[in-house]
Amino acid sequence: MMQQAVSAVSGEPLLTVDDLVVEYPVGQKIVHAVSGVSLQIARGETLGLVGESGCGKSTLGRAVLQLRRPTAGRVLFDGHDLTTMHGDALRKMRRRVQLIFQDPIASLNPRRKIGDIVAEPLVIAGVKDPEKRKQLVEEVLSAVGLDPAIVVGRLPHEFSGGQCQRICIARALILNPEFIVCDEPVSALDVSIRAQILNLLEEMKGRFGLTLLFIAHDLAVVKAVSDRVAVMYLGRLCEVGPSEQLFARPAHPYTALLIEAIPVPDPDIRPTESVPVGEPPSPIAPPSGCRFRTRCPRADARCSAEVPELRAVAPGQFAACHHPLI
Amino acid sequence: MTDNVLLSVEDVVVDLPTPRGNLRAVDRVNLTLGAGQTLGVVGESGCGKTMLSRAILQLLPKKAKLSGRVRFDGEDLLRLPAEKLRQLRGRSLAVVFQDPMTSLNPVLTIGTQLIETLQEHLELDDAAATRRSVELLAAVGIPAPEQRLAQYPHQLSGGMRQRVAIAIALSCEPKLLIADEPTTALDVTIQAQILDLLAREQRRRHMAMIIITHDLGVVAGRTDEVAVMYAGRVVERAPTAALFKKMRMPYTEALLAALPRLDAAPHTPLPAISGRPPDPTRPLQGCSFAPRCRYAVARCRTEKPALEAAETSAHQFACFHPIEIREGAGA
Repeated sequence: MMQQAVSAVSGEPLLTVDDLVVEYPVGQKIVHAVSGVSLQIARGETLGLVGESGCGKSTLGRAVLQLRRPTAGRVLFDGHDLTTMHGDALRKMRRRVQLIFQDPIASLNPRRKIGDIVAEPLVIAGVKDPEKRKQLVEEVLSAVGLDPAIVVGRLPHEFSGGQCQRICIARALILNPEFIVCDEPVSALDVSIRAQILNLLEEMKGRFGLTLLFIAHDLAVVKAVSDRVAVMYLGRLCEVGPSEQLFARPAHPYTALLIEAIPVPDPDIRPTESVPVGEPPSPIAPPSGCRFRTRCPRADARCSAEVPELRAVAPGQFAACHHPLI
Repeated sequence: MTDNVLLSVEDVVVDLPTPRGNLRAVDRVNLTLGAGQTLGVVGESGCGKTMLSRAILQLLPKKAKLSGRVRFDGEDLLRLPAEKLRQLRGRSLAVVFQDPMTSLNPVLTIGTQLIETLQEHLELDDAAATRRSVELLAAVGIPAPEQRLAQYPHQLSGGMRQRVAIAIALSCEPKLLIADEPTTALDVTIQAQILDLLAREQRRRHMAMIIITHDLGVVAGRTDEVAVMYAGRVVERAPTAALFKKMRMPYTEALLAALPRLDAAPHTPLPAISGRPPDPTRPLQGCSFAPRCRYAVARCRTEKPALEAAETSAHQFACFHPIEIREGAGA
């Protein structure tokens, strides 16, 4: 039922996540990392996924790509259920989906040359002709703003964080994928470099006709690139909606809190003394009912008794809250 | 600007020998800070902001060479004997680092670490030190402070650990607190709480504070003055309101413009700064921002602009072609 509620995207969905659950054991206990998340991403769309550390956003991204197998639920990519795929079939499907990580330097093998790193997906995909591989590597490196003649023979440590992220993007693009999960792709980068990489991702999205799941903790970064934004808290979605609308009129108290907490670079906007909302509880023992209720100024008895479902609060905007702000 | 100068940094230079040659981490920096004032030091990684704070605290790496003068509360820190310096640090000169896990001792309880600091600097017996520790933990917003005394750092969340680090820093009523990226490792809702806490304790204790950060948003509403650093130098320095009203140094303007903003529409291309900061082991002859600056002319590449004030004595910038009218920086 939630699936229908969140399907208010224009066009055909490329990705459908249906009631996804990811749980894993820590000692004797179970971490409830993702607890019943449903969402859809239309072809050509960028869905931003925001939340604080430990909310399950990275786990969700990995479960979508089957890098961590979900405990329950379905992930439909272009009509195929990835959760039931194995071996060759999954490997073939993976060429169409890629992942870009947060730490660009750590995600490159320090002992391999850039040319080999970027060509590796081609080798795995069975492109046997070295000339063909060389040509494709040069094309994609040029596309991300690097000079192939200079970079192919070098090692990752010779490059800055921003350049390494360009190399990672080149590697993700070389198989011409349709869908990329970007997991905090700019949070390790300085402000002046961050803008370059965000612009590059936008440009590549247009040029390669990509669909993106853009995961980040920084709301302003997410808004800059996303058509729609999903807000996650402690394993569940709180709110989903078109970017502009969601930031202008958040319905979920958690979304409002996140927006309010961002320091604004304008001294005329005096920071309001933040509401003492404490810290997020542990995903090992999440609160009953609404998981945000322990920090929520609007919480009442119903919030601890009943899990709020995502409901429409405005056209295209859905919130999981018994007492939404709109 | 201030009648009562607590800290003055004069012509401070920090050189670090590296295998690739000398790295000038801090290049002739001058700053003053009055009692009870807050200074924000802003810059990207490698700009020298942390080395500057280490120079003030005299906590530089052993191989670093430091010259210039640092005067704090009437003392010349560079000439102070090690013993006196140790007494000063932790007592009237305190620091909070980015990662509380590395500044707290993992094998000692919170209580031991607090009580140790208190007894090192103040003459308190065990009972008084324990009582004071509980008060401090309560003041920084830690629930059930009595029970926390027996806990170890790993038993606390990142935000709680940073509160403990702040409690230790505040324990001896310092005159100056240096907060080096105090919230960078924390989530945004926790960041707001920690920044509020620092501001509240500062007001209450009439303490001076230096906030070192890469985030212009963090300094905007919370400092009296801002110094922007680039490639080891202070390139712009002004009262906070004046700086945000009218940025003069093209780097500062570009840095603000490159920031994604919540009030901008999705898919608005960001005015990125092309290129990257210069290699600090290969100093440039002219302005170090010139290779990335859209206003740069020939003179900028051959001559280093000094940090000077223009029409108002408080607003200084190091630029031959400062921005006349604020443009493109958003509002």
